[in-house]
Amino acid sequence: MNIPSDLKYAESHEWVKELGGGKVQVGITDHAQEELGDLVYVELPQVGDVLEHGDNFAVVESVKATSDVIAPVDGTVSAINEEVADSPEIVNSDCYGAWLVELEGLGHLDELMDAEEYEKFLAEQE
Amino acid sequence: MEKRTAFYDKHTEAGGKMVPFAGYTLPVQYKTGILKEHNAVRQQAGLFDVSHMGEFFLEGQDAFQNLNNILTNDFTGLQPGQVRYSPMCYENGGTVDDLLVYKINDEKYLVVVNAANREKDFEWMQKRLTGDVSLRDDSDNVSQLALQGPAAQGILEKIVGEGSIPERYYTFTEQACIGDIPCLISRTGYTGEDGFEIYTGNKHAEALWDILMEAGEEYGLIPCGLGARDTLRLEAGMPLYGHELSPEITPREANLSIFVKLDKPVFTGRDVLAQDRKRKRIGIKLTGKGIAREGAEVYSGEEKLGLVTSGTMSPSLGVAIAMAIVPVEFAGSEVEVDVRGKRIKAEVLKLPFYHK
Repeated sequence: MNIPSDLKYAESHEWVKELGGGKVQVGITDHAQEELGDLVYVELPQVGDVLEHGDNFAVVESVKATSDVIAPVDGTVSAINEEVADSPEIVNSDCYGAWLVELEGLGHLDELMDAEEYEKFLAEQE
Repeated sequence: MEKRTAFYDKHTEAGGKMVPFAGYTLPVQYKTGILKEHNAVRQQAGLFDVSHMGEFFLEGQDAFQNLNNILTNDFTGLQPGQVRYSPMCYENGGTVDDLLVYKINDEKYLVVVNAANREKDFEWMQKRLTGDVSLRDDSDNVSQLALQGPAAQGILEKIVGEGSIPERYYTFTEQACIGDIPCLISRTGYTGEDGFEIYTGNKHAEALWDILMEAGEEYGLIPCGLGARDTLRLEAGMPLYGHELSPEITPREANLSIFVKLDKPVFTGRDVLAQDRKRKRIGIKLTGKGIAREGAEVYSGEEKLGLVTSGTMSPSLGVAIAMAIVPVEFAGSEVEVDVRGKRIKAEVLKLPFYHK
């Protein structure tokens, strides 16, 4: 299981990457993509959408299942990754490169787990 | 606690992602993933553990008459070595199950039913038996593999005994052997491809798996899970009990009228099935973005037509496809499907979605 040490994690299996300047990228973790299987459809929010942590903000669908992606922090969508919408399979092949949204105006960032905590959390879920 | 099939260790060795299904723990996919498994069956071959299916033996002088009374299809003229598909209905026309009947001889038939319906089916049939006939549930002793795909015949030819391969679709060889393993091989399947379903005793199961996987290696044979089984049958427009067929959906509503033989004077459900059907099954292809899943509402303008019974992203066609049950009067070529509160446009297609 790949859990990069420079990212933050939510219990709902999203990762958060701090970009500096009060912005983050959000994607789904290796564990999440593996659980879902081959992704075939991703529905993203619109730029300007205001998210509260805990909101469903995107939908990822594998052949078999539909799953909500939950906002790990508060923020306003400042960019979406069109490449993911066009080629959902890149989330399977490179889940930490295939960000879904970029957020700004952040809140609740300090409640996320670091890589070590997330790894422990995953182990407890088993 | 779910039951394990005799192939459980083979699944975990092959990286199977095990999930509960109809009382069994079965692989939904292996490490390869559903898309690769799906494509293997369309292009080469795939091996599925379908041991969860139920196997009943119906034996006695009156076996044929009982089949014709209890099931909607007509078994007149069925020869030993032939297989026939049939729905089984309630008095109200709703569907108890859909199943395969194998004629072994005039006084012995094998009936293969859906795993989730096994106990219900046994009880339903048992209660209706009349005359010299007995029904036996042999499911717990039988393992079953489905070898499906264009390379299936080539793989079998390497390892079967002489005369073991049934030549025509919906025929079977009862006393076949693969290596030295005794088995029943039928030319049937649930994928829309050529292929075989192979029945053997549990004690031979693991050896059979190994022989098939080894013989299939050069053809690109890989093990396939329930996920690919579902996308393959959906593309092939095949109904799945609990989705396109149920106690609330008659076989005629599921477009299976050719398996409901109204010229038989008596069979369970006949009175209701003889009336005009009110609904029909349609296939749709989404032209807007999104995937319509089971339960999604289907509309024509503001009129709600019905619900999606199965839907997925079709790996072979690259578009989202679905089946739905709608009023028989609906004759439009376009519908809309409600996906998470949004109306997505869809085109009505003739089933099946995929032809080999």
